Amino acid sequence: MNIVVCLKQVPGTTEVRIDPETNTLVREGIENIINPFDTYAIEEGVRLKEKHGGKVTVITMGPAQAEAALREAVSLGADETVLLSDRAFAGADTWATAFTLSCAVKKLEKPDLIICGRQTIDGDTGQVGPELAEMLDIPFIAYVSRIEEIKEGYLRVRRMVEEGHEVIETTLPAVITVAKEINVPRLPSLRGIMKSKSAKIETWGIKELGVDESKVGLAGSSTQVIKVFFPQRVHQAEILEGTLEERVDTLIDRLRNAGLCQG
Amino acid sequence: MDYFLTEEQKTIRDLARRIAEERVLPVRAELDEKEEFPWDIVKDLADADMFRVFIPEEYEGLGGGCLELCLVTEELSRVCSGVAVTYAASALGCMTLMEYGTGEQKKKYLPDIASGKKLGAFAITEPTAGSDAANIKTTAEKVEGGYLLNGTKQFITNGGEAAIYTVIALTDKTRGARGASAIIVEKDTPGFTFGKKEKKLGIRTSATRELVFKDCLVPEENLLGRPGLGFIQAMRLFDKSRPGIGAQAVGLAQGALEAAVDYADQRVQFDQPIITFQAVQHMLADMAIQVEAARALVYAAARHVDSGAKNVTEESAMSKVFASDAAVKVTLDAVQICGGSGYMRDYPVEKMMRDAKILQIYEGTNQILRNAIAINLRKRKARTA
Repeated sequence: MNIVVCLKQVPGTTEVRIDPETNTLVREGIENIINPFDTYAIEEGVRLKEKHGGKVTVITMGPAQAEAALREAVSLGADETVLLSDRAFAGADTWATAFTLSCAVKKLEKPDLIICGRQTIDGDTGQVGPELAEMLDIPFIAYVSRIEEIKEGYLRVRRMVEEGHEVIETTLPAVITVAKEINVPRLPSLRGIMKSKSAKIETWGIKELGVDESKVGLAGSSTQVIKVFFPQRVHQAEILEGTLEERVDTLIDRLRNAGLCQG
Repeated sequence: MDYFLTEEQKTIRDLARRIAEERVLPVRAELDEKEEFPWDIVKDLADADMFRVFIPEEYEGLGGGCLELCLVTEELSRVCSGVAVTYAASALGCMTLMEYGTGEQKKKYLPDIASGKKLGAFAITEPTAGSDAANIKTTAEKVEGGYLLNGTKQFITNGGEAAIYTVIALTDKTRGARGASAIIVEKDTPGFTFGKKEKKLGIRTSATRELVFKDCLVPEENLLGRPGLGFIQAMRLFDKSRPGIGAQAVGLAQGALEAAVDYADQRVQFDQPIITFQAVQHMLADMAIQVEAARALVYAAARHVDSGAKNVTEESAMSKVFASDAAVKVTLDAVQICGGSGYMRDYPVEKMMRDAKILQIYEGTNQILRNAIAINLRKRKARTA
């Protein structure tokens, strides 16, 4: 079984501070971690490998320091790593990120299964997984909570939906995103950590991928962040006075005047 | 303080701390309350390669020594001393094998200890042989096909849970301690059963049990080294293992100090946190001094052991005595600082105080160890006189 796991390095905190001058994330003093949702993807990939044989390749796009996330994945059982790092990749939105990842996946030995976390804790979009599947033109299943059966060219999973779950089967290769219900990620082992320190990190830029600079990074992004800001907390609550009838009448008048109800 | 640990030692320490905080901390109160053996944590430690730390590389270990063992033990003990001793006792159970075993014996047992698949235990204490360790009664009579064991071992850490036991028994009872030998006995050997499991003051997740041998036949190849050397082997073993008890004490005291600082920082009396009172500050400062001094001595003793020095009796005894005395004092003061709350089981310091006392007792009482230190002082004086 040839498994690819996509991961992202994110700030290890939910208390993100924004520099009011530059509107960018304050990164000083913040430790970077593997996106917590991606740790379930790594664990599931490693478990599949342990059960069915094969290898797990982890892939990430990010600055040079994202190498640490790949090494950590090796300490948890991943076999090979690819770091997609190039100035041209900077400023990518989910579309350009998924495009870059898809180019890298095409360059790898053909995978049976691609696993991503359901979303990141910084961007929170949950878009890269499905976009990657679209760009590779292969099936996609989100919020997988259990892999029920996997064999050559076939996968059956349980996926979480709002009020219960669905069981879905698909052909392989496919992309899945996993929910945290799928497993309990292991701690690294000492031998894993020691192996990870000397692991070879494969680094690919636009030259290695052979892609046009206009399709990646900020240039290849269909969305752009214009401004990052904390929403103003505005307290406009008003307690209506009077009898119940009077209060209902006042409320309806207000809604009518605001154009929110008719009649 | 910077103890100039290597990168590898730091890696070992950091991972041990992570296991302690992520896996041990959430269950420590429950393990203590229920007196349950921590098998889930043993598995976590095994998966993380922690049992490989003290095993040579050729037997699937990582080739660490006394200091590495101390680092893991300290970090586990910072959160739960009962888990720490469970871990360290497995090392104790195979150290005689590592030192005196043949290649074949090591190959047979060490890889399973390294992987954590099997736990080890060491057994010398008997109802008649505590501090007077030479007064053991368990016999291992040479018969056709091996040794026939008869007798009872008492207060054996990991008893009943371990799979591999190093047992000190008399192969020649006419010679007393000089007739003692170290023999490996595997769990499930016919004639080898377990007596009562002790109910203890502290370290309650750790298993302490009697080993009962009744015409238990073990093959001759289970003898470690030469017959008659068992008592000396045991004394040498403790010389090397005592810094590990010191490390257990350092971790426990560190945990108690941290708990006391946390409490003093948030507890408000007379409109101010009690950490602002000098009476409390000086207690905390004394605790911190004790912890750091104990750590420095334990690491120094462990390094002395790892240097291959021929005689380490004094240094290792000093590290165990000083650190365990410090742990008892520091945990007692931690309860004092936490006041009424500290006395309650909802707070961790009462468990720490109960866990500390055993450190002054096992692997040589602190009184016996002071004797050992004093004997060396007298010997040196006699030599220079």
